[in-house]
Amino acid sequence: MEPHPPPPAPARRNFLAQAAAAVIGAITLVIPAASGLLVLLDPLRRKPAGGGAVFVANLAAVPAGGEPRKFPVLATRVDAWNRTPDVPVGAVYLQRLPDGGVRALNVACPHAGCFVDYKAARDNFHCPCHNSSFALDGRVLDPKSPSPRPLDSLETEVRGGTEVWVRFRNFRAGVHEKIPV
Amino acid sequence: MKPLDWLDQRTGYRKLAHEVLFENVPGGARWRYVWGSTLVFCFTLQVITGIALWFAYSPSSQTAWESVYYIQHEMWGGWFLRGLHHYTAQAMTVLLAVHLMQVVIDGAYKAPREFNFWSGIFLLCLTLGLSLTGYLLPWDQKGYWATRVATNILAITPFVGPELQQLVVGGADYGHHTLTRFFALHAGVIPGAIILFIVAHIYFFRRHGLTPKEPRRRPDAAFWPDQVLRDAVACLAVLAVVVFLVVRNRGAELGAPADPSEPFPAARPEWYFLFLFEFLKYFPGGTEVWGAIVIPGLLMALLAAMPFIGNWRLGHRFNVAFLWIVLAGSGWLTWLALAEDRANPDHAIAVAAAQREAQRVVELARSPAGIPATGAVTLLRQDPLTQGPKLFARHCASCHRFDGHDGLGGQPKDAASAADLKGFASREWLAGLLDPARVATPHYFGGTKFKNGKMVKYVREDVAEYGPEDRKLLELTIAALSAEAGLKAQRDIDRRDETLIAQGREALVGPRMNCADCHVFRGTGDAVGPELTGYGSREWLVAFIGNAAHPRFYGERNDRMPLFGEDKVITPGELGLIVDWLRGEWFVPSPAAPR
Repeated sequence: MEPHPPPPAPARRNFLAQAAAAVIGAITLVIPAASGLLVLLDPLRRKPAGGGAVFVANLAAVPAGGEPRKFPVLATRVDAWNRTPDVPVGAVYLQRLPDGGVRALNVACPHAGCFVDYKAARDNFHCPCHNSSFALDGRVLDPKSPSPRPLDSLETEVRGGTEVWVRFRNFRAGVHEKIPV
Repeated sequence: MKPLDWLDQRTGYRKLAHEVLFENVPGGARWRYVWGSTLVFCFTLQVITGIALWFAYSPSSQTAWESVYYIQHEMWGGWFLRGLHHYTAQAMTVLLAVHLMQVVIDGAYKAPREFNFWSGIFLLCLTLGLSLTGYLLPWDQKGYWATRVATNILAITPFVGPELQQLVVGGADYGHHTLTRFFALHAGVIPGAIILFIVAHIYFFRRHGLTPKEPRRRPDAAFWPDQVLRDAVACLAVLAVVVFLVVRNRGAELGAPADPSEPFPAARPEWYFLFLFEFLKYFPGGTEVWGAIVIPGLLMALLAAMPFIGNWRLGHRFNVAFLWIVLAGSGWLTWLALAEDRANPDHAIAVAAAQREAQRVVELARSPAGIPATGAVTLLRQDPLTQGPKLFARHCASCHRFDGHDGLGGQPKDAASAADLKGFASREWLAGLLDPARVATPHYFGGTKFKNGKMVKYVREDVAEYGPEDRKLLELTIAALSAEAGLKAQRDIDRRDETLIAQGREALVGPRMNCADCHVFRGTGDAVGPELTGYGSREWLVAFIGNAAHPRFYGERNDRMPLFGEDKVITPGELGLIVDWLRGEWFVPSPAAPR
């Protein structure tokens, strides 16, 4: 193969050409990169759907003795371009309180988001992932539990004396504060 | 000019081939130098199988599981292809660990090979990134829940965590854009970066040459052919292990489709992340950032600092000891995680349930109805066999039992106080109900207020004294009443006994059995007890569970049975699922039926 002749050294006075080449080169990259980045960052402005109260169960379906029972929460689910009404978007444990009210706890563990189980034999909640345990009112039972806060309680309302409505929301996992996502 | 000379003149391929194949191997070819090549081989295999999977995969929350199902169960050799991709990923993790160990033990990370080492560390991280992103793509319960946990952990990253999570998840919730993003990372960004870094890694390797293991046992030799042969044999051995795993396990596992409302207590990360999973159990609330980010980050930083540490007098020994400790610690944590799950009966139940659902959804997907456009998750949500036991456990099992349990195999807190409903309305079940020895047991009326009622009295006093002829009539009556249910399991015997059943219907309202004394049957009789027309049929059960206190059933004498439909305790859809399950009405695949 013939060796290439070495190129002549660039003239020092050529600063303008060098600067122009760098700027033009940058511009040709910035425009596609920025347009891509914009779409990539779009999820940051998306907010979760809902947040309003939804009907979860009839009061008669919640055991009278105060034992928690799990119910799916049906609501409109927005998944990017799809909008589907009446599909499960999460689940809650409902419990009757002695004062006639109803307590609702989001089933998602505040540690990392697994679903906690109600253990009838021990009468408490237990997370099958990292072993956090919670009392019936949602308090963290074992201080060694990795969960940073109690199970997330949700606002409830008993409408017409028979229907349990819950303001269903999810909260940020892994932090002490209860911050809605 | 000869054609090959012409080609070489134009492309310079001879020099390139020479450079590739005639790299000097100090001390000659050795087996311990094969690990890097096996990794390149695995990556190539992943690119080939990955591209083939790409041709059939569709990343969206309605199609991801469905397309993977199609690859796995319908396409030619799909299970094998997916299995190769799955188990090669696992092999790669093992080989990465081996390669890293060998590099550190042999001191190949030391100056002037820092960049070689760092590019290798980066490749390790990128490969783990491939595993993490790939785990979600089938959009099954396992991948979904593991990813939820992983991305929630990402969210505790200081300062930018929540935004980072939202960017990775593709919005506020998991869905289409989680899949499109994970797929773009898995099939585009990360492999692209890996190719760049492999090129850099090999370039740095060639620049400084192989680190020979002393003492050199033989004179130096070229890479070709001895070392290439050893590398090829090692790659073949890796492939053999992978193929063995694929064939033994019939490809990679595919769980039930992801369902955010269905708990998945069997959720575990892939085995090589189990040590991290276990590690997190030891960080009480709020200190998780240490276990998930700070400590792993420090360990990685220490790993990256090895070339500098290695310059100190005892540095190399420290590095080797450090790596052994990390490896042993990870192994110990992995063992702890596995041992804890093995000792936990709840976990075994959860895994069994997960396997059952995974198998069931495939049966449903292969049914003539196939997968609807709403996705396979609908199949399980509308399947009586899947939902019936769960609904029974939730709403019925505080009083009733099903074959002695709560429908799911568990035992409720309170003892049974109403009938066991397994086989309800079948001939066998009715024979027990009309058996003087059994009617007042907890299996039937024993736990209810009807224990001392007219029916129990009739069975214990009148039926107990039946002679052979009456017993024959009773048998016909049972057959006739049971035929009202039209149970799937009795379809054949009901058809066979058509004449006997007709006689039974007459006996039922006749003077000897005289059921019409208290029950209405086909327009005859008094409505004291539940109506027997259509007894146990779908319509009868839906109406009965909906409102047991209706005059057609128990009226005011209803004993504690909630008015499930009337009081909207359950939806009509749920009621239908419970009834269909109790009646044994669900899709059963027939082995001979064409698909």
